[in-house]
Order: sequence, then C-alpha cells, then structure tokens
Amino acid sequence: MTRWLPRTYLTLVYLLLYVPILVLVVFSFNDSRSGYAWGGLSLRWYEALFNNRAMVQAMWNSLWLALSAATVSTVIGALTALALHRYRFRGKQVLNGMLFVVMMSPEIVLAISLLGLFLLVGLQLGYVSLLLAHVTFCLPFVVITVMARLSGFDERLPEAARDLGASDFTMTRTVLIPVIMPALLAGWLLGFTLSLDDVVVSTFVGGPSYEILPLRIYSMVRVGLKPEVNALGTLLLVFSLVMLMLSQWILLRSKR
Amino acid sequence: MRSVMQQPFRTAVLVLVWGWLLFLVLTPNLLVIGASVMTRDPGTFISLPLNLDAYRQLFNPLYLDVFLNSLYMATMTTLICLLIGYPFAWALSKVPRHRQMLLIFLLIVPFWTNSLVRTYALKLILATNGLLNNALMSVGLIDQPMQMLYTEGAVIIGLVYLLLPFMILPLYAVFDDLREDLLRASHDLGAGRLATFVHIIVPMTLPGVLAGIMLVLLPAMGLFFVPDILGGSRNLLVGNVIKNQFLDARNWPFGAAASIMLTLAMAFLMFAHRLSKRRIGEDGV
Repeated sequence: MTRWLPRTYLTLVYLLLYVPILVLVVFSFNDSRSGYAWGGLSLRWYEALFNNRAMVQAMWNSLWLALSAATVSTVIGALTALALHRYRFRGKQVLNGMLFVVMMSPEIVLAISLLGLFLLVGLQLGYVSLLLAHVTFCLPFVVITVMARLSGFDERLPEAARDLGASDFTMTRTVLIPVIMPALLAGWLLGFTLSLDDVVVSTFVGGPSYEILPLRIYSMVRVGLKPEVNALGTLLLVFSLVMLMLSQWILLRSKR
Repeated sequence: MRSVMQQPFRTAVLVLVWGWLLFLVLTPNLLVIGASVMTRDPGTFISLPLNLDAYRQLFNPLYLDVFLNSLYMATMTTLICLLIGYPFAWALSKVPRHRQMLLIFLLIVPFWTNSLVRTYALKLILATNGLLNNALMSVGLIDQPMQMLYTEGAVIIGLVYLLLPFMILPLYAVFDDLREDLLRASHDLGAGRLATFVHIIVPMTLPGVLAGIMLVLLPAMGLFFVPDILGGSRNLLVGNVIKNQFLDARNWPFGAAASIMLTLAMAFLMFAHRLSKRRIGEDGV
C-alpha cells in the first residue's frame, strides 16, 4: 500500500494537537493588548504574571498541594501495592474493587461524594480537604505503577532475606523498596501532575482559604481573554514537559 | 511460619490502607446513594423522608432536554474521536518500533499539560476576531467573521481536543496486538480487503473501540469547564447540571441522582467491554 498516506495522516493529527499549544506559547510573548493580533515581541505578560500577588500565591499553594499530595499518595499507594502483592487477607477483592471504582468513576462523581463527606464531618474546605481528595484520586495510579513493577520481580529475593533472619519490616526496607524505587518515582511524578492539573475535583472541595492555580485560571478565563494566562500556560507546559521527560528517563533507565 | 515480630508492620499497613479507602471511598459513595433518595433541605442540605423525587425530577422536560443535548454532544465527540483515532492508531501501529515510542510520547505530552489552559488556547483560535477567522478572511474564503465560539460546535471541538488521546491509546493497544497470521489466513482464503476488515479487523479491535468509548463518552458529559469557556450558557453538559445543583442551587438529592445515572452508564459500558473481550477470547483462539 502507499506509504505516504498514513504518514501524512499522522502528521496532520499531530499538527491539530499541537497548533493550539503553539499558539498559546507564541501569544505569551505578544506585546499587543488586544490578545488576538500580533504586536511584536515582549515579556510584559510574564512581568504582569509575577506582579500579580494573588496569582503568585496561588502558584505556591498549588505547588505545595501537588508536592504533598504526590508524597502522601506515593507512600500510601506503595504500602497498598505491597500489601496486595505480599499479604493474604480477607477482602482483598473488595480493596481492589474500591481502587478500581476510584479510577473508573467519573471525576465529578468523586468530587461530589467527597464534598458530601467533608460537609458531613464538618471539615472546613481548604488545604486539608484538597489534600485528602487529591491523594484519593492519585492513589490508584500509584498502586498500579508499583504493582506492575512488583509483578516482574524475582520472588526468591524476599524469601532469601527471610531465611537470613530479616523481619518483614527489614526485608521491605532493604529488598523491596530498592526494587520498586523507579516505580515510586514515576508514581510520584504522575501524582504531582494529576494534582497540579485537576480542575473538577478542586472546584468542589476547594475553599476560599486556600486558592490554587487551576481555580484561579478558571475564574480568569471564564469572563474573557487574559493574556497573562498565555504566559502562565507556557510556564506550566515547560514545567510538565520537564516532569514527563524526567519520569520517562527514570523508567527507561531502570529497565536496563 | 510467620514470626510474631512481623505482625505489627503488616497490621499497621492494612489498617492505614483500609482506613483510607473505607473513609474516603466507600463512605462518600454510600453518602451519594443515600442523598439521592432523601429530601432537599435548605438548612442541612438533605433530610428525611426517603423518596424518589430526585429521580423523577431527572425526567422533568427541562432537565431531560439538557441531558439529551449533553448526550448528543458527548456522542458526537465520541464518534469524531473514533473516526480520527481508529485510522490514526492503525497507522501508528505500522510505524517502525523505535519511532513509535517517540510518537506515543508526543501523544501524551498534551495530556500532561493543564487541560484548562489548553481549552483556553482554543478560545484564542475560535474567537470572532480570533486566528481562524482572520486566516479564513485573509485567504478570502469568507467575507466576515463566522460565529464559532459559544456554539455547540465549539464545545464538541474542545471535548474532542481534550479527549482524543484517550481514544487513541486503547485503540493503539489492540492494533499493536493484531494477529498478523489471521490477516494472512484471511488473505490466503481469498477474502478481499473489505471482507478482511469487516470479519477480522473490526471484531479483533472491538475491545479497544469499547475501551476508547468508555474513556471518552463519560468524561465528555462531565467536563463542565469546557462549555463554561467555549460554549456560552446554552450548551450545557450533565456535569454543568450536577455542578449547578450541588454548588449553586444546593439541591443535593438531584445532583446525587444525576451522578448515580452517570455511574450506572459507566458500569454498563464496562460490562459491554468485558463481554466483547470474552467473545474475542473464544473466537480468536
């Protein structure tokens, strides 16, 4: 069959996927105020962005939330994966089922169910509610990443550690943790990005006491065109690109 | 053969994991089911008596209209994603291995970029004095700007743009596993290209199609920020209704009932997906 047809098609679709991103990046350096017409190169929107104190505060809040959510979900997710992998216990299927439900249920359903819970127990909406929610939706992804790593692993190693007299805790620390390290890093990066990108769940469980970036952007772009958002989007793009390359690099290196 | 010493660690891990999931997954979900059969209350959000009013309200012509319209937009989104994604995944699976990795990487880069920001970028392109209108006018295809933003079409474009990778990835997975021996057998037995496509390729890739539909159709009803940014006030999704009912109108039973319908739709799609996989397993081997 002709070979240029599939190639042209692939190129075309990639072009469609990347044109909006390209437009965003180019327009972040636009000097014009109108937002649609090109008015020469300038860094004024980056300047405006960093002079906007509420925006900078929201940036720090988002970063801190993503850092803490990724860390907590990596710890709990890794322990869950280890428990599922090593232990036999009652209700294992139920545990698996609950993780599956979190991953497959529409985001908005997760969002309202968590909001309901937080209001019921009287938790003030803010950092803590956001953290609990973000850890919950990141958890299944960490568990899957770590489980995948554990499933291709030589079972004789932990047995050997045991035979040499190591306790379960020591064995986990000295044998299992080093083995799953790449998966932990990859899971952490995935959690970090998921948290930083989330709009749906945060809209519900966030509160005015802790404003985060996606909600700030959301309220800005609903009303009209805000050229600062171009600059912010470009920064976020570069940031997540670095994170993604980092995680791929870690995974590839560990396979060798 | 387990020593007593290792039990505390095991117990601590299990308590933590179970505690988290019971408190933050099971309880909230039960709460939603409970809320959907209770009565709306301005003070405490929900109260007794139990009833099915919320579900009845779903069939109120006003909301039914929104639901049907949302279903229509989600279905169009899914179809367009399938039309673009199916040949795309096919072509991708034919590319030499080492280049496939790079292409898949390029496919997931947008997924790692803030979806709000990407939706906003579409606004720059689709606006009345935006890039697309300017480009079309400068080449003389149109005399005056077209209204593209704040239309149903704009919402569908936005949803397709955000969700396309979710259709392509499961399709790529099935095309990658497509058994060349079956294709060759079909050819050797005298089947033409069309017959091979209809009888071999379509059934073999069906699980991927259904997985893709699952990952696109439901989110396409829930991503409320897309119509908020691109669609104006008339082109609402189920997600917008749930959000308005929960956050603005404080009508919890109704919001809960609507989200349960979404979950049931998801469960149905997952069931269909599993069924199709089982069938392939029986026929294929």
